[in-house]
Amino acid sequence: MTRSLIYSLSFHAVMILLTVLSLPFMIRQPVDLPPIISVELIQISDKTNIPFAPKARKVIEKVKKEEKRVVSEQAPPAAKAKEKPDRIPLPKEQDQKKKLIKKKQNPEEIKPEIRQASEFEKKEIIDTNQIAALIDKAKEESTKVEKSKKKLTQSSVKNSFASGLTLSEADALRAQIFGCWTVPLGLPYDDDLLVRIKLELKQDGTISKSEILDHERMNRPGQKFYKILAESALRAVRICQPLRVPQTGYEKWKDIQLNFNPTEMLKG
Amino acid sequence: MKKIFYILTLFLFKFNIAYSLIEVDITRGNLDPLPIAVSPLHVDPQSNNYQDVKTKELGELISSIVEKNFRSTGLFNPLNKDAFVQKPDIAHLKPRFEDWRLITAQALVTGKLLIKDEKLKIEFRLWDVAANKEMIALAFTTTPSNWRRVAHIISDKIYERLTGETGYFDTRIIYVSETGPRTQRIKKLAIMDQDGENTKYLTLGNELVLTPRFNPTNQLVTYLSYFRNLPRVYLLDIETGIQEVVGNFPGMTFAPRFSPDGKKIIMSFAEDGNSDIYTMDLESRLVERITEDSSIDTSPSYSPDGKYITFNSDRSGLQQIYIMKSDGSGVKRISFGDGLYGTPVWSPRGDLIAFTKVRGGKFYIGVMRSDGSGERLLTENFYQEAPSWSPNGRLLVFYRETKSGKKGEGFTARLWSIDITGYNERELKTETDASDPSWSSLLSK
Repeated sequence: MTRSLIYSLSFHAVMILLTVLSLPFMIRQPVDLPPIISVELIQISDKTNIPFAPKARKVIEKVKKEEKRVVSEQAPPAAKAKEKPDRIPLPKEQDQKKKLIKKKQNPEEIKPEIRQASEFEKKEIIDTNQIAALIDKAKEESTKVEKSKKKLTQSSVKNSFASGLTLSEADALRAQIFGCWTVPLGLPYDDDLLVRIKLELKQDGTISKSEILDHERMNRPGQKFYKILAESALRAVRICQPLRVPQTGYEKWKDIQLNFNPTEMLKG
Repeated sequence: MKKIFYILTLFLFKFNIAYSLIEVDITRGNLDPLPIAVSPLHVDPQSNNYQDVKTKELGELISSIVEKNFRSTGLFNPLNKDAFVQKPDIAHLKPRFEDWRLITAQALVTGKLLIKDEKLKIEFRLWDVAANKEMIALAFTTTPSNWRRVAHIISDKIYERLTGETGYFDTRIIYVSETGPRTQRIKKLAIMDQDGENTKYLTLGNELVLTPRFNPTNQLVTYLSYFRNLPRVYLLDIETGIQEVVGNFPGMTFAPRFSPDGKKIIMSFAEDGNSDIYTMDLESRLVERITEDSSIDTSPSYSPDGKYITFNSDRSGLQQIYIMKSDGSGVKRISFGDGLYGTPVWSPRGDLIAFTKVRGGKFYIGVMRSDGSGERLLTENFYQEAPSWSPNGRLLVFYRETKSGKKGEGFTARLWSIDITGYNERELKTETDASDPSWSSLLSK
């Protein structure tokens, strides 16, 4: 009787433990988080293995200093007394002050320059926003540019979160592939041209197997552009190897899927 | 019992540790030109000599034309041949991909040629260096004197395979060749390959000529010339050299262009200070009036499907761009920006209309969608106009006048091309000053 009770209790305990452990894995789509997640990008950069992280940190520190300065300028009355009473701030200064104060009121808002971007990215990878500006020499409205920037950041964050890689790890991988992927420029921007490539990786980041998930689409008539894009994506992955993968957690990332989608880039 | 329990527990643990597939979105890449190695074509030692064709050097010559074509697109970066480590004949049979990867090549072109029995046989292969596989392999047989065209055709095939767009290398450009001072300018019709080679003059320069345009088969050219001191639209057969005046109009006709099927010519006819758009059927010679307005309607251009016409008109006060159905109904203004808009030309893809814009004393070449949205100005200068599309709708060719001489007393007119993204602006090589270019369709379809 006692033995059965022990069996029963231990079995139940195991089942509860299994349920607790397995439940998070069953959640495939996490809750769509608000843009506040983008703050994570800065904090995680302390640990990241991306070479441009120190630069990002410098920018962050600079911003923090600016914030502090605003406080010190406003708080002590002595500082105010030093100013000439008849001195009217120049319009530029006024603008700057306004911006800084706004920042203090809303600490979650991130300056556009904080967005993580490597030297490599800056030189070799053309930002969608830059393309928009370059393609349109008539200068389209800056609000549109802001919109697309925001959209991109959110999608990246969401994707990394769902993937199981940390933001830094996903960013490192993404940044590496950005550099290797030469986007064919003749592609139509209004087609659905998502290429999904499944990779089986070795521990050193080299590829042991690669597979285009919709490979049958490549040989369909009228899918010439899809074929060109798929080939370019596959070329990028091969050129890039060994991929910049985390040093630990091989089981987590030995199978990985890369979704190549140039639509935002081509639209500009 | 115990064992079964342990095994079950272990199995469940193992099952639950399986991770979900990691997905990473790649939404950006680089727009650097694709590094491509164009190996010289291997010349078969059994090749005979043929007239003035330099057989031994032909492999080098063809590969250098292919290279030059690729470099001009701005999309490819042909690698320096000095870095090539594999001989052309071996590379053509089986490239050592690791060697080509070392010099950062992503694509490799190899080939060989043989001249025998007065025939030139060329074969070429395009290799994906990263994937270690062949992407395309083709062979051509032609007369040896056609070797330049073969080089252009090879370029077109590779371009299409790597970008998904049709090429534009096996094409010609017709333009007005200009010589002499501004007051006594001699203007002749000239035709050349798109890379500036093989220039031929089609008229003698006795009469002023303007705005030449190809028909879809590239056999006929319509242009404006003077007949009894009156500008009239002409038709010229390039092969036979036969010219004729188009239609029996009492006044001046100008700005001619062929319809997409090549059966009609659309042009402007001016009378008493008013000009309207007319078409003339080339078979039946029937003339049809398309617009009927008291304003100046000119520079008509058909959409590629022939259903619509774009033109410029000053009916709203200032010169702007309009579109209408091909029967003249449903006229709609599409340009609303500051300045004057003129010379609209519908893209062969059908999505964009190229135009010249004049604003603040400067001339711009730009594009907009056919509904007037998405206006983009690609290039700006003191004087430039007359855009014409490459057959794949990727590039525009136009002409630009710039001041020359120490004090800026003279001027030169040159042809320029620009990508629709606003990149890769470059001057086209011409023997003389040049204006009013028109790009042919692909010669080999």
